Amino acid sequence: MSNLKALAYEMRERTIDIIVEGKTGHIGGDMSVMEILTELYFDQMNISPENMDDPDRDKFVMSKGHSMEAYYAVLAEKGFFPIEEVIEKFSKFGSKYIGHPNNKLPGIEMNSGSLGHGLPVCVGMALAAKMNGQGYRTYTVMGDGELAEGSVWEGAMAASHYKLDNLCAVVDRNRLQISGNTEDVMAHDDLHERFRAFGWHVIDVADGNDISQLKAAFEEAKETKGRPTVLIANTVKGKGSPVMEHKAGWHHKVPNQEELAQIRKDLKERKEALLHE
Amino acid sequence: MNKIANRQVICDVLVEAAKEDKDVVALCSDSRGSASMTKFADTYPEQFVEVGIAEQNLVSISAGLAKCGKKPYASSPASFLSTRSYEQCKVDVAYSNTNVKLIGISGGVSYGALGMSHHSAQDIAAMCSIPNMRVYIPSDRLQTEHLFKALLKDEKPAYIRVGRNPVEDVYEEGNVPFEMDRATVLREGTDIAIIACGEMVKPAADAAKLLEEKGIHAAVVDMYCIKPLDKAAIVKAASGAKAVLTVEEHAPFGGLGSMVSQVVGSECPRKVVNLALPDAPVITGTSKEVFDHYGLNAEGIAKKAMELL
Repeated sequence: MSNLKALAYEMRERTIDIIVEGKTGHIGGDMSVMEILTELYFDQMNISPENMDDPDRDKFVMSKGHSMEAYYAVLAEKGFFPIEEVIEKFSKFGSKYIGHPNNKLPGIEMNSGSLGHGLPVCVGMALAAKMNGQGYRTYTVMGDGELAEGSVWEGAMAASHYKLDNLCAVVDRNRLQISGNTEDVMAHDDLHERFRAFGWHVIDVADGNDISQLKAAFEEAKETKGRPTVLIANTVKGKGSPVMEHKAGWHHKVPNQEELAQIRKDLKERKEALLHE
Repeated sequence: MNKIANRQVICDVLVEAAKEDKDVVALCSDSRGSASMTKFADTYPEQFVEVGIAEQNLVSISAGLAKCGKKPYASSPASFLSTRSYEQCKVDVAYSNTNVKLIGISGGVSYGALGMSHHSAQDIAAMCSIPNMRVYIPSDRLQTEHLFKALLKDEKPAYIRVGRNPVEDVYEEGNVPFEMDRATVLREGTDIAIIACGEMVKPAADAAKLLEEKGIHAAVVDMYCIKPLDKAAIVKAASGAKAVLTVEEHAPFGGLGSMVSQVVGSECPRKVVNLALPDAPVITGTSKEVFDHYGLNAEGIAKKAMELL
């Protein structure tokens, strides 16, 4: 599907299938991160099942590992494994499709789930490219609640120290974490200033669920030299249906029958509208 | 007395390896002096990564480098590397199966008077309980050299602890019996089997000589490979003796003693006694003063062995 905006909605539908069949899932963050992953995997990054053994392909670490259901939908669409298998087996007894990234599966670089690991790991990956004179780029996606982890800032410090302009981090800024609003839990509304103070180029993506805005931001990151770039992507938690949107209670939840019917209807309508845009 | 610390040997082996292999990378957390890695940093600055005082970062960056084909050797004081970066060791190294070698320097009570914050008396317990993490504590500089030459050939995670100061040689130059993941039997004995690791191997061997003078035949096993543990060597030594004595520079729980007890208990039941540091902050002093205080010396080990028989 060349229409990435509609594709993001189709993959949201598959994400819902995974969560409903598996009877578990971090649904809110899955929905907010979808366009970020879509733009990365279907436009920006040079990653495919065919080139995983190529040392020069791009690198990606899903630091907000709990948004695994969305990541499964994206990797399946990319051809790493069949979506039917994920829907059937996700979180079931003995399954390899677990609730966080598992690098025994094709397409997944690093295991994560414990927050605050992705950025420092990506510093190592980007540093390896600099040491070897390789041209690949390294990407990570973090949650905004995750930024309370001190290790994120250790990584941020090292990334600018080593001038890693081949590294691009994305913050899925949906403003909600499991206990509520990020500003109530541990305020960081001055996020942009914090990253700038650490020597980063900061791009505010006004609508982080807009493929076009994300594309422009990633292109700007590629042109930025001498320092790493972070995209603060302002997204909507639960994006796709008013049933879930902007509600912290949907951080980790399985919709009931009534909610599910409405969510499926909303996702389908938005997808259809985007197909004809 | 040998004047070369184990950490110095590690640097020498890595410098030699880096000459041939551009992917060998050394990382430090403001610890290049303590790790004796200054020579590496000066000789191959393009293969050296400084991360500052940030042990979690040290381990995660190493994992990222390894994932992209590098062969990282990350050195940091064992106390911080093993427990402050525990999460990173578990997830980014062991669970993600990255080729990272974690070198815990100034291990055990090497830092002496600096106190409990700087002692690593929990690292065996912590590291051994992580699946896919190997744990090695070499006993002298010669074994350290063999161990690192072997580690350079594999691509699996490992944690290696060495002490800060030079230790007396256990082996002879040019005659070091070493087989990867196989304990070294220093002597056979039919009365008691003494199983030790790291800096406790030399006093264990000396204790065996004291015991011999009293007509007691002690076997001495250098269990440098704590994980994978050489169970066959334990069973063989224990089966041929009346009792087992383990000696380690570690807290009394979850270390070599606990692991040996599990094997002896299930395979060849007999009495096992563990000589270790106390379950308390260690008394202030140099390593030697601390060891002497807790009976972790030749006389103390021999005395404990005689009590057992």
